[in-house]
Amino acid sequence: MQETETTTDARRQMEVCNSCRYCEGYCAVFPAMAMRRDFTAGDLTHLANLCHGCKGCYHACQYAPPHQFGVNIPATLATLRLESYAEYAWPPAMGRVFERNGTLLSLTAALGIALVLIGVMAFGDPTILYTAQTGPGAFFRVIPMWLMTSIAGAAFGFAIFAMGMGGMRYWRGTGSAGGRFSPAPVLDAGVSILTLRNLGGGGHGCNDVDDAFTSQKRWLHHAMFYGFMLCFAATTSGSIFHHVLGLRSPHSFFSLPVQLGFWGGILLCIGTAGLIRLKIITDPVPVARQALGGEYALLSLLFLVGSTGLLLLGIRHTGAMGVMLAIHLGLVFALFLALPYSKMVHGVYRSLALLRHARETRAAKAANP
Amino acid sequence: MADLDVLYDVVVVGGGNAALSAAITARRAGATVLLIEHAPRQMRGGNSRHTRNLRALHPVPTDVLTESYLEEEYWDDLLRVTGGRTDEPLARMTIRASQHAPGFLRDCGVVFQPSLSGTLSLSRTNAFFLGGGKALVNAMYRTADALGIAVLYDSEVQHIVVEDGFATEALITHRGFPARVRGKTFIASSGGFQANREWLREYWGDAADNFQIRGTPYAQGTILKDLLAQGIQQVGDPTQFHAVANDARAPMEDGGLAMRLDCVPFAIVVNRDVERFYDEGEDVWPKRYAIWGRLIAQQPDQRAYAITDSQALHNYLPSVFPPERADTIMELAGKLGIDAQKLERVVADYNASVQPGTFTPMKPDDCRTEGLTPPKSHWARRIDKPPFYGHPLRPGITFTFLGVKVNDRARVMMADGKPSANLFASGEIMAGNILGQGYLAGFGMTIGTVFGRLAGEEAARHARN
Ligand code: SF4
Ligand code: SF4
Repeated sequence: MQETETTTDARRQMEVCNSCRYCEGYCAVFPAMAMRRDFTAGDLTHLANLCHGCKGCYHACQYAPPHQFGVNIPATLATLRLESYAEYAWPPAMGRVFERNGTLLSLTAALGIALVLIGVMAFGDPTILYTAQTGPGAFFRVIPMWLMTSIAGAAFGFAIFAMGMGGMRYWRGTGSAGGRFSPAPVLDAGVSILTLRNLGGGGHGCNDVDDAFTSQKRWLHHAMFYGFMLCFAATTSGSIFHHVLGLRSPHSFFSLPVQLGFWGGILLCIGTAGLIRLKIITDPVPVARQALGGEYALLSLLFLVGSTGLLLLGIRHTGAMGVMLAIHLGLVFALFLALPYSKMVHGVYRSLALLRHARETRAAKAANP
Repeated sequence: MADLDVLYDVVVVGGGNAALSAAITARRAGATVLLIEHAPRQMRGGNSRHTRNLRALHPVPTDVLTESYLEEEYWDDLLRVTGGRTDEPLARMTIRASQHAPGFLRDCGVVFQPSLSGTLSLSRTNAFFLGGGKALVNAMYRTADALGIAVLYDSEVQHIVVEDGFATEALITHRGFPARVRGKTFIASSGGFQANREWLREYWGDAADNFQIRGTPYAQGTILKDLLAQGIQQVGDPTQFHAVANDARAPMEDGGLAMRLDCVPFAIVVNRDVERFYDEGEDVWPKRYAIWGRLIAQQPDQRAYAITDSQALHNYLPSVFPPERADTIMELAGKLGIDAQKLERVVADYNASVQPGTFTPMKPDDCRTEGLTPPKSHWARRIDKPPFYGHPLRPGITFTFLGVKVNDRARVMMADGKPSANLFASGEIMAGNILGQGYLAGFGMTIGTVFGRLAGEEAARHARN
């Protein structure tokens, strides 16, 4: 990680925190900080990606603005996180897209929809877009199966590869790569990821909106994350039905793929809409403004993916199905394309940060029982 | 917005833990309450904003306190730090009531945590606020709000009219505008006068200009002075204050806890004239912590320098401002702006007097000097592993000891020896009754909570009758 104004400011603030330590009970950032005395840019990036933005340490800070020290950890670390997404993006030239992420994400979404619509018209009979299609294989009359899977598969495959490369660059850039692999820290980190332990504020919630403690952000994020996973499971089970069981969509409402997709879509919509609402009403001071555009855009994109999926389910036997399918697939395609160049990457870096932290914690305990 | 035309049952002067404890207790007892805080909203909470824990008696372990801490041990601790300058009945009452202080605060929304790094030595006796004092203050204001307590920020109470031991009204400025506040009872929880440099100058002369005020700049002592001038009995030595060794580069006000340096036992400390002036290894934290501020305040220019080396660096908490660093003592003296040859001699004399021993950082060890004046009686290791480090020090004042005398119902005592009918006090403004000298970590918050609750209860009862 290179030195920037943000790393300089983050270092200054961490030096105040490291001498103060009042916030040690909130999250993993402060214990990780206490294991260090000097903060390299890589250390700071590690701490920034450990931070979940619960804002507890801002509202509790005796040095928060208007104090002259102006300590504002959540905003500073969020800015640094954004810089780290740009720094470790792969291919490196793509780091620039984090600068105007909101605009770019919106453009990608529009492009995705347009491409799919044009594709349908070019490859098939455009009237299919307006006439009701029923019976097995109805969807694939709008878009051929091979086209749907190959485009989505290619985009998704690339996204996974690019995020993997980013993760590797991040791991090397934020600390020592070495040490033997051991399963225990992986388990610790996994639990932290799946439970969002660090969005617990030490057990009683976060400062989601102001200095009151609530658990909204944590539950909404859970709804979004697990909703997304259910949608993913829906797609996977759908393709198993198709390829292995020879059952062709559309499936009945109570079939496994539709049930997974239905509940997943609902959770995804609730989670993303709720998170957007929190972002709008929260106290703006401990928030990194540069990151907002990209965050709103990604949440909106996820919301649209979820809601168009649900709509598609509702109207799949009518003449509107064709257009809705094209829009839904266009959005999914856009999401896949944007994955490695959106806030989605925080999943990779935060997981790695939690893993590094779990390793450090276990090593420190082993050295100092 | 508070209505200033109303006659309130209870008017609380101040906005820290002692004031909030009083206001919340009185409101829960059914009284109408107005709380008047001098600071603007973001800086509210007085010195409570910078605190971290409170000392609580407990017969058995609790979720945040380990083992047990009983009355006699608590009392012994207090007796030791105050050197007897305390009021035993009041002190014992406070100690007993401290058992219920964490529960009360928890009911006010305060969250406690088991203590972690750096402060393990206190985990038995003190309950830590998650996020520290500002989180406590936020939670209490939130509770006050929910209960319907009227709060005025940015408003200074300048005078409480007291006639024949009876308080009738208060004159305030509210955002710069003068106003009058009427109440059936008044509770003074407005702190000491440590941020009032003019007042400190009366006792310390020009030296007062070099004192750093660790806490809130709003502790001007306006009401303390006002009450003392109206014949309320005084306690505590007006010239004395609690002070620690602070980083000389800290802000002159409101630098808070993070400005303190705890390197002294692992260093040697010289003054401006490059002379050692006290045994750096005399005692363990927290006692030594409390004496060094005063020691430095008595040095020329109120300045001192702690000298350590790379060997000692990791025995103390990192400082916010990095120390000066050099490869030779000579060069370090240059960077600190003190006499280089003299510093070399002082370090050489010290090194020569260090006896062999086994270094144990957390308790008094057998590493000491022989034939040195003043001696360094523990943790004495040679300063010979470059790079060398120098921390410039100044006194950082926490609070003053002067206060108003109260009885065991938190009523202030009038000159004729009778308690006031409707004027109460809690917090730093009366802490001198119990803590006449020295300091016990977390005891200020205990006094504030205990007397705040008492004052709130008594005031509400008086207002009802
Ligand atoms: S955020 Fe503020 S209160 Fe918390 S550890 Fe840092 S400096 Fe201390
Ligand atoms: S915002 Fe929350 S997660 Fe981030 S450092 Fe502060 S307390 Fe930790």
